[in-house]
Order: sequence, then C-alpha cells, then structure tokens
Amino acid sequence: MAVATPTPELPPLAGARGEAWRAFRRDRLAFAALFVLAALVVAAVAGKLLTEWWVVFDPSVVRLPDKLLPPLSVARADRIAAADLPAFGVYLLGTDELGRDVFARMLQGSFVSLSIGFVAVGISVAIGIAVGGLAGYYRGAVDAVLMRATDVMLCFPTMFLILTVVALLPPSIYNIMVVIGVTSWMGTARFARAEFLSLREQDFVVAAVALGLPERRIIFRHMVPNAVAPVLVSATIGVAGAILTESALSFLGFGVQPPFATWGNVLADGRGYLFDAPWLFFVPGAAIFGVVLAFNLVGEGLREALNPRLRRRR
Amino acid sequence: MGGFLARALGQRLALLAVISVVAHAVILLAPGEPSEVDPMNPRLKPEDVARIRAAFHLDAPLHLQYAYWMRDLLSGELRSFKDGQPVLPKIWERFLNSVPIFLLATLIEWCLAFPTGIRAAVRRGSPFDRGSTLLSYALISFPSFFLAYLVIVGLVEAFDVPVIGMRTFGMESAELWYRAMDRVWHLAIPSLLAALTGIAVMSRYVRSQMLEVVAQDYVRTARAKGLPEDQVIYRHALRNALLPFVTMFGLMLPGLIGGSVIIEQIFAWPGLGRLGYDAILSRDFPVILTLNLFAAALTLAGTFLSDLLYAAVDPRIRVR
Repeated sequence: MAVATPTPELPPLAGARGEAWRAFRRDRLAFAALFVLAALVVAAVAGKLLTEWWVVFDPSVVRLPDKLLPPLSVARADRIAAADLPAFGVYLLGTDELGRDVFARMLQGSFVSLSIGFVAVGISVAIGIAVGGLAGYYRGAVDAVLMRATDVMLCFPTMFLILTVVALLPPSIYNIMVVIGVTSWMGTARFARAEFLSLREQDFVVAAVALGLPERRIIFRHMVPNAVAPVLVSATIGVAGAILTESALSFLGFGVQPPFATWGNVLADGRGYLFDAPWLFFVPGAAIFGVVLAFNLVGEGLREALNPRLRRRR
Repeated sequence: MGGFLARALGQRLALLAVISVVAHAVILLAPGEPSEVDPMNPRLKPEDVARIRAAFHLDAPLHLQYAYWMRDLLSGELRSFKDGQPVLPKIWERFLNSVPIFLLATLIEWCLAFPTGIRAAVRRGSPFDRGSTLLSYALISFPSFFLAYLVIVGLVEAFDVPVIGMRTFGMESAELWYRAMDRVWHLAIPSLLAALTGIAVMSRYVRSQMLEVVAQDYVRTARAKGLPEDQVIYRHALRNALLPFVTMFGLMLPGLIGGSVIIEQIFAWPGLGRLGYDAILSRDFPVILTLNLFAAALTLAGTFLSDLLYAAVDPRIRVR
C-alpha cells in the first residue's frame, strides 16, 4: 500500500488522470476490489440475461420435493417434472424452503441489488450536485436558503424518513430506489458546494465569466467536470450504503416484495433457517458483505488517488 | 459570548419551527391514513372510517391540522391514535430505555476507537495499521442484522448472555443490586453491536487526525528538543488531535433514535427506534410527528452543544 522509497527515475509525464490511475493501482487492496466489482457487473448482466430473457436459471420455479437441499446437491429427477429441473441437474447453492434454486435467485438478485444501488446513488448525486452547485455558484441568498434546506433534511433521522415513506407507498423496486436516493443527497450537496465555492475563485472560472459565457456553459462545461472527483468518491461509497439500506429494509419487511429476489430479501428470508439451512443465510450475507466491502475499498482507494495532498503524505 | 449564545439559540429555534412544518406536511401528505391500516376488516364500515377521520381531524385543512397538533403538543394533551395514551410520557419512557444502550455503546466505541486509531497512526504502514484498516472496512460492510445474528449465534452459546428484552422475567422483586446487574447483562450485546460500526468509523478518523497533527511543525520541534516519544505523542500531538472529537459528542446525540431501529428490533428492546417503527406501521401520526420533532431537536441540540464545546476548548474560535 504505502510506497516507502520515492522512485529515483522520473515517471513519464502524464495528465492528472494518468497519475491518479497509477496511484490507484499501487493500492493493491483497492485494485483487487475493482476486479470484484467488475465480476459483479458481469454477474448482474448475466443474471438479467439468464433469469429473464433466456431462462437458463429460473428463480421462481417451486419444487417442494427438493426443498432445503444443501449446496451442490443433485436434483431428484424422479420426483420433479423434467421442465422444472435446474440447469445441469445440480443446485449450485442449494435450495430454499420452497425448493427454489438459491443460485438462480442470487443471480437475479445481483442485477436488482446493483441497480438499486446505482439508481439510488444516481438520484442522490444528481440532487446533491444541483443543490450544492447552485449554492456554491450563486452564493449569498441562494446559498443560505439551499444550505438551510440541507440542514433541515439532515435533522431527520434518515432511517425513519425512509421507513415513513416506504411504509406508506406501495412497495416496489422503483419506490425504494427513489426513496433511498432522495434521502441521501445531503453529504454530496455539501461536498459539491465546497468544491464550487473554491472553483468559483479560480482563474479559469473568472476568465470564463469575464468572457461573458452563458452561466449554463460555465457551470456544466467548466465547473462540474472539475468538481466531479470528490463526488465520485462519495458516490462509490454511497452505492455500498444503498445496498446495505436495501437489506435493512428487507429485514424490517419493507424491501422489494416477492417474487423479485434481491440479496437483501434472500438474506432476510434466510434468517429463519439459520440452523436448519445455514446456506440460505450465509450465501447472501457473504455476497452482500463482499460487494459492499469492495465498493468501500474502491471508494477509499479513489479518495487517496484523487487527492494529491493525501498521496504525497503516504 | 452572550450575544453569540442568543443568536445560536434563536437560529436553531427558527430552524426547528421550519422542520416541524415540513415534517408535518411530508407525513400527512404521504398516502396512507390511520383509517386504512386494516382495509380488509369487514366490520370497518364507511361510517366508521368517517368517524375515525373526524375524531383525528383528518378532514381539516393541513394548516388547521398543524395548529391542532401544536396546540395539543404544547399543552401536553397530545394522544396517540392507536391507544389513546398521552404521547409525551410515552416517548419519555422509551427515551429512558434507549439512553443506556446509547451511553454504553458510546463508551465502548470511544474506549476502543482511540487506542486503535492512535496506534495505527503512530505505526503507519505496520501490520497493525493495515490490519485495523481492513478490519474497520469489514465492520462497516456487514449488513447490521447479519452481523447481529452472527454475534448472537457465537456469543450466546459461549457466554450464555441474554439477547431478548431488558430484564429477566421474575426479577422484579430482587434486590436493587441484582436488578442492576441483570440490566447491564442484558445491555451488553445490543450495545456492543450498536458500537461496532462506530468503532470502525471513529478509529479511522482518529488515525487520519493523528497523522495530520504528527506532521505539524510543533511536533517536530518537540522531537527536536529531545522529549521522550510518549510525551510527544500523548502531550503534544494527541491534545491537538482531540479537538474535533469534542464536537463529535454533540453530533452523536441523534443516533439515539435513528440508529437504533434494527438493533432494538432484533433484541426486542423497547426503545425509541421501535416506538417509531411501530408508530409508522400503524400510521400513528401524533407519535411519528412528535418523534421526528424530538429527533430534530436532538440534532440541533447536538450541534449547539458541539459549537459551545468547541468554543470552550479552542480559544482560536472565540476570537473570531
């Protein structure tokens, strides 16, 4: 992780981006976590593909004779219909209390969980940049009003707010994405505001203003791209948070409803079988843990790679 | 100083008023009502629904409902929709149950986070540093109830700790001393779990704060004049690194409510988090609203407290 001796030979000149990438790659843990995330994206796409469009693994087939089988057990072909047999006749990760294939459910869930994470964070980053950017760009009264509004939002206990809204809305994936997004933008807004406040004073922005460029162009072409770095870090960590929030909601019974599988609700359903069928609990638990850890590590790696001050100190 | 105090208080009271209006509007405008909790009940006729709505002023315009809520709240007459009990004593009772978990969790958190963070910073790059870093990332990556179940399975067998409720049944007539120990015993696991994430976050923060301070000139001066390393770290560096943590205590107050829903649910602990969860399930508007307001007041009190503490410990703030 830490580089003890400064390299004597000068590295070839590269832009700030190349330098950040090299710094990121030196952080082996974060780099390994990036591979985990890449594998996750592949799994999510494969999940969407193989469970919905070209059904190889069907997560919703109920096979009562084969319920609660441990991982890697072979399907009993004599007891269940040929059409219901799992792919290759084997339950890779076992079956649940209804005889559904846990592997197929996890595969389907990987897409749902990941899209909840990404969409929720997309929403929260969009709101955060808009609020923080406007406050930081216009300063004065706009800043005061928007930041007071952020303070108001911060005063609500987030979990309560989410529960209040989710309990009242019909439970659907989209509502959960939106609710998690709408209740988690405050941190991003503060980062973005601080970034915009300092960018506003920089020469290239002053020059752009002096040239009489339209405000829209100054904000979106000149300032937003420069403010993206800290936001990217909080977004990466935000995806981890959103996945955890989804599983917490599932635990309280407000998550995505059946028949949709998410990692959160597979885990929440599995807790009743902790002793009789531990794979129902440990498989989704370990999957969520691994993925959230990977997001956190990549986020921290990015934070250090994108911040030259931190990098020098290491 | 007096002017500063008055201004800070006034600002926060104004903010609290705004929050109460917003919270009221959000919760009442969201779909779902107390009369709709049990739509499948055949005995609930339309006229019953109308009677419920009238009794709770649900047909009144929004601003009037707000006025009713405020009037009842301030006069202490506010009653729960669900059981007709006064809301304020109800919240107070649950608050007293939540406080011990919060205090013990905070204690565990600080006692473990500080030594870990300091050691990691002093021996930067050592196996201890890397190990504690990885461990803290691992701790914040567990879904909280997954971790709770793992801990329960592991510890209940080994130590025979209770993991349900606040007291052992039938202990009511025991000596005070036994009851107190019973309570502490019941507190142990929930507090530990409530503290785990905090330990991870806090020890990272202590570490980065220490690294920042150790790089300062006055620490180099202290080393240069030949002070023993312990004295440099604990007297010169640590004291300055501690400054931001004074304020963090204030900011942790709101964790009393929001952070505890899952833990209280798992351990059947009758605290504020569960009160809110149950109130949300039954659309018990007076309880939800008052609890939200209480949480907001705690947050604002926390920031106020941290401003005060900061001004007290850091003379540089007072000058400005």
